[in-house]
Amino acid sequence: MRSLAAILMLLLMTCGVWASDAAQLINALAPGDFKERETAISALAASGAEEAAPVLQALSGGNLYVRKSDGKVFIAETRGDALALTDPVGMAAAGEGAKADIEKIKINNNLRRLISNALGGLTMVSTDPAARRKAALSVLKSGDPAALPSLEKAISDEKDAGLAALMKQAAAAATLRSDRSDAEKMAAIGVLKERTDRDTAALLTAFAATTDSGLKDAATAAAQSIESTLARWAAVQNVWYGLSLSSVLLLAAIGLAITFGVMGVINMAHGEMVMLGAYTTYVVQGMVAQHAPGLLPYALLLAVPAAFLVSGSVGVALERCVIRFLYGRPLETLLATWGVSLVLQQAVRSIFGPTNKEVTTPAWMSGSVDVGGVLSLTMNRIVILAFALAVFAGLMMLMKASTAGLQMRAVTQNRPMANAMGIRSNWVDALTFGLGSGIAGLAGVALSQIDNVSPNLGQSYIIDSFLVVVFGGVGNLWGTLAGAVTLGVANKFLEPFAGAVLGKILILIAVILFIQKRPRGLFALKGRWVEA
Amino acid sequence: MKITRRGILKSAVALSAVAAAAGLPTYAFAEGETIKVGILHSLSGTMAISETTLKDVMLMLIEQQNAKGGLLGKKLEAVVVDPASDWPLFAEKARQLISADKCAAVFGCWTSVSRKSVLPVFEELNGLLFYPVQYEGEESSKNVFYTGAAPNQQAIPAVDYLANEGVQRWVLAGTDYVYPRTTNKILETYLKDVLKVAPDDIMINYTPFGHSDWQSIVADIKKFGSAGKKTAVVSTINGDANVPFYKELGQQGVAATDIPVVAFSVGEEELAGIDKGPLVGHLAAWNYFMSIENPTNADFIKSWKTFIKDDKRVTNDPMEAHFIGFNMWVEAVKKAGTTDTDPVADAIIGVAVPNLSGGYSTMMPNHHITKPVLIGEIQESGQFEIVWQTPGLVVGDEWSDFLPDSKDLISDWRKPLSCGNFNVATGKCGGAG
Repeated sequence: MRSLAAILMLLLMTCGVWASDAAQLINALAPGDFKERETAISALAASGAEEAAPVLQALSGGNLYVRKSDGKVFIAETRGDALALTDPVGMAAAGEGAKADIEKIKINNNLRRLISNALGGLTMVSTDPAARRKAALSVLKSGDPAALPSLEKAISDEKDAGLAALMKQAAAAATLRSDRSDAEKMAAIGVLKERTDRDTAALLTAFAATTDSGLKDAATAAAQSIESTLARWAAVQNVWYGLSLSSVLLLAAIGLAITFGVMGVINMAHGEMVMLGAYTTYVVQGMVAQHAPGLLPYALLLAVPAAFLVSGSVGVALERCVIRFLYGRPLETLLATWGVSLVLQQAVRSIFGPTNKEVTTPAWMSGSVDVGGVLSLTMNRIVILAFALAVFAGLMMLMKASTAGLQMRAVTQNRPMANAMGIRSNWVDALTFGLGSGIAGLAGVALSQIDNVSPNLGQSYIIDSFLVVVFGGVGNLWGTLAGAVTLGVANKFLEPFAGAVLGKILILIAVILFIQKRPRGLFALKGRWVEA
Repeated sequence: MKITRRGILKSAVALSAVAAAAGLPTYAFAEGETIKVGILHSLSGTMAISETTLKDVMLMLIEQQNAKGGLLGKKLEAVVVDPASDWPLFAEKARQLISADKCAAVFGCWTSVSRKSVLPVFEELNGLLFYPVQYEGEESSKNVFYTGAAPNQQAIPAVDYLANEGVQRWVLAGTDYVYPRTTNKILETYLKDVLKVAPDDIMINYTPFGHSDWQSIVADIKKFGSAGKKTAVVSTINGDANVPFYKELGQQGVAATDIPVVAFSVGEEELAGIDKGPLVGHLAAWNYFMSIENPTNADFIKSWKTFIKDDKRVTNDPMEAHFIGFNMWVEAVKKAGTTDTDPVADAIIGVAVPNLSGGYSTMMPNHHITKPVLIGEIQESGQFEIVWQTPGLVVGDEWSDFLPDSKDLISDWRKPLSCGNFNVATGKCGGAG
C-alpha cells in the first residue's frame, strides 16, 4: 500500500515537472526576436511534450498570444472585442482577455517553415490520414533527417499502401541528408527516382553536389531521368494551359459570336456584359453568405442563372433603346455601344465603388489534380473548361434544335421572308441580342474565379473576343470554337519562347496576315445572303 | 427680409459673435479670400480604383486644417478635377488648376506617365506638385516634391531583407512599362554587383497590362524555383494583374514558405479585393502599413473612418505620403508667410513633420523625403504583419547609383546650386556626360 502511494506520488511529481517544463518551453516562445523564437520552437518540438503539436499549430495559424503583464502564453480566439483564452497546458479555458492586454506572437516565413517541419515529425503518427499525409509531404519537402526515426515507425504502422509509399519516399529524402551508410542512400535514390516531380529532381541535384562517391553519378542520373520525363510532359502541359486559356476565350467570345457574328452588331459593350455577370456573382455570393451560409459553396451555381438573367435583360434593354435604331449603320453602332460601355462602367463604379470586389473560390474549385504524378491540372481551370463546353453545347442545341433558334437563323438569313412567314423579327432581334449578352454574363461568372471583379474587367476581354470571332469566321459558332482553341494553344506555345508581351503581338500579326488571305476567317459562311 | 450681401455678412458677424460668446472656437477668415489647393486624381477610368481614395484623403486633410484655423488666416478650398485616367487630360487639368483656378499647390498623379505628362506644365507655369506614389526615380524637378518612395526606399531594402533570409535565386516579374523596367534594371545591377548573384540565378519576366492568364508564368517560376536554391519573386506587377497572379499561385500550390513573393504595388487597398487565404506569408515592402501601432496612426485611421463613414475602409502608403506632403506644405507656407511658389519651395527644404510610422520625415534638398522602410507579411485579415524594418530613416535617392547613366548625378535645389541633375564627375549641371 505504502509503495503504491509512493509510486503515485512519484507519478504526480513527474507529471508536475513535465507540466511546468512544458509551460516554461511554451512561454519561451513569446519574448525576443525571430532568431530566439526559432530556438524556442526547436526546443519545444524536441521536448516531445504532448502540448507541442497544438501549440505549434496555433502559432503557425496566428492564434498564439502572450499576456503582456506576466508573459504567459495562451491559445486565443477572437470573440467580439475580446479574446477567448485557452491555457495550452491542459487545454483548459482560461477566461477572456481584452485585446489591449494581450499581444499576438508574430512569426515569419522562416518560422512557418520550421514549424511545418517540426509538426511533420509530431503528427506523423496522428490518427487522421490527412494529417499523416501532410506530415509525410512536409518531410519530403524539408528532407529533415531528424524525422527519420518517427517516419520509420510510422511506415511500419501504416495500413494505407499509398500513404506508406509516400512515407517511404519521404524517408528516402531524409536519408539522403542523414549520415547513414552509402548503401542505404543508394536505395533511397532508387526510391526517389519513382517520383517524377521537379522538387525531387532538385533534391537529387542538390544531393549530387554534396557528395563525390559513386552516389554522385547515381543521383545525377536519377535527376536527369526525372528531368527528361518532365520535358516530355512539358508539351502536354502546354496544351493543357492552351486549352484552359481557350476555354476562357471561348466563353468571352461566344456571346459576341451571336451578337456580332449572327446579327452583325458591333457591340463594344460586350465586355461590360461580362463584367455585369461577374458583379452579379459577387452580389449573389454576398446574399447567400448573409441568408443561407450553408449554401455558400454552391453560391456560384446560383449565380449562373442570375448572371444570365441580369446581363440578358440589360442586353434586351440595350437593343430596344439604342441598337435597333442603328441597324445597318455599323460605325454609329460602334460609337454608341462604346459610349454605353463607358456609362455601364461608371455606373458600376458609382454603385459598388472603384475597388475590386472579393469573390471567394469554393473548396470544390480549389487545389489541383495530379495526373500520372507529372501533370498537375488546377481544379478551377478544369471546371471552367467543362463549363465553357457545356455553354457551347447548350447554345448549339438552342440554335439548331429549337423554334427560337430556327427563328433567329431565319431572321438573320432573310428578314423580309421571315417577316412574311409571320415571325416578329424585331422581337427576335431583341431576344437574340439578349441571348448573346446573357452568355456574356455566364462568362462573367467564370471569370470572377480567375480575374478581378472590377469595373474594368470587361475591357481586357473585348479585343480578344473580337479577335476570336473574326479569326474563326463571322457567323459560325464552330468557327468561334476553332478560333478560340487555335489562338489559346498558339499563345501558350509562343509564351515560353517569346514572352507574354511579344507572344501577344505575334498572335495579332499572324491573325492580321491570315485575315488578308481569308477575309472571312477559318470557317467562312457561303451563300447569297452573306453578301447582303 | 431682402437677402443682400451686406445682410448675409451682418448675420455671419452676428453668428460668430454668438458662437464666440458661447465659448466655441471661431476663426476670422478673411472674407472671400481662400487658398486653393488642387487635387488632380482620376475619379473615373482604370486608375480610379487607386486614386479616388487619395482624393478623399486630401479632402479630409483640408477639412482638418480648416478646423484648426486654416492657413495664414485664410480658409483652404479644395479644387477637385477628374483627369479620367487619360494622360493628356492630366496636363490639361493641371494647366486649368494652376492658371484658371490659381491653386497654391496641387496634390496628385499616380502613374509615372501621368506625372511625366504634367511635369512640363508645372515647370512652365511654376506651380507646385506633390506626388505621393512610389516611383522609379531618375527625375528631379524644381516644381515637384516626391513624397512616395524612390527605389532605394522600397526595392533595395526588400531585396536586402530576402537575401538575409537566405534567398539565392531571384525572379524579377513586372508589368511592361517604365516603373518595373527601371526598378528591375536597378535591382539587376544591385543583385549582380553588390550581392554577387550569378546571372543564371536571375529570371526577368514582363507581362502586358491587365495580364490575366498566369498559368505558364507561374509554372515557369515553379520550375525556376526548384533548382535547389531558395527562390523569391520580386514583383513589380501593377494593379489589376496582381489578383489573377496571386490566385494562380494559390491554385498551383506555391506557398509563401516555398517561394515568397515580395510586391511593391500591393497594399491594403489592393488586398481588399482578393481571397486572402492562399496569400498569407507573401510580402510587401512599403513605408507605411495600416497595422503600425502608435497614437498618430491610430488618430489618422480613426479620422479617416469617420470622414469616409465606413468602418471597413483601410489606409495605405500613398495616403500616408499625402498626409506627410500636405503637412510639409502647410509648415512651409507658415514659414514663408506666403503661398507663392518660390518662397514655399525654398522654405520646405528641411521641414520635418510627423509621419504615421512613429517618427519624423524631412524634406531633403533633392525634393525627396526621409522614410523608414518596412517589410510586412500578408495576414488572413488583409493587414500586414511587420516582420522587419530599417533601423533608421532612408533618404530618397532620385538618381540611382546602380544605373550607369545616373550614378554620377545628384540633385540639390538649394541656392546657389539649384540643380536637378548636377554631374559630380564633370562638375556641371545638366545630366550625364
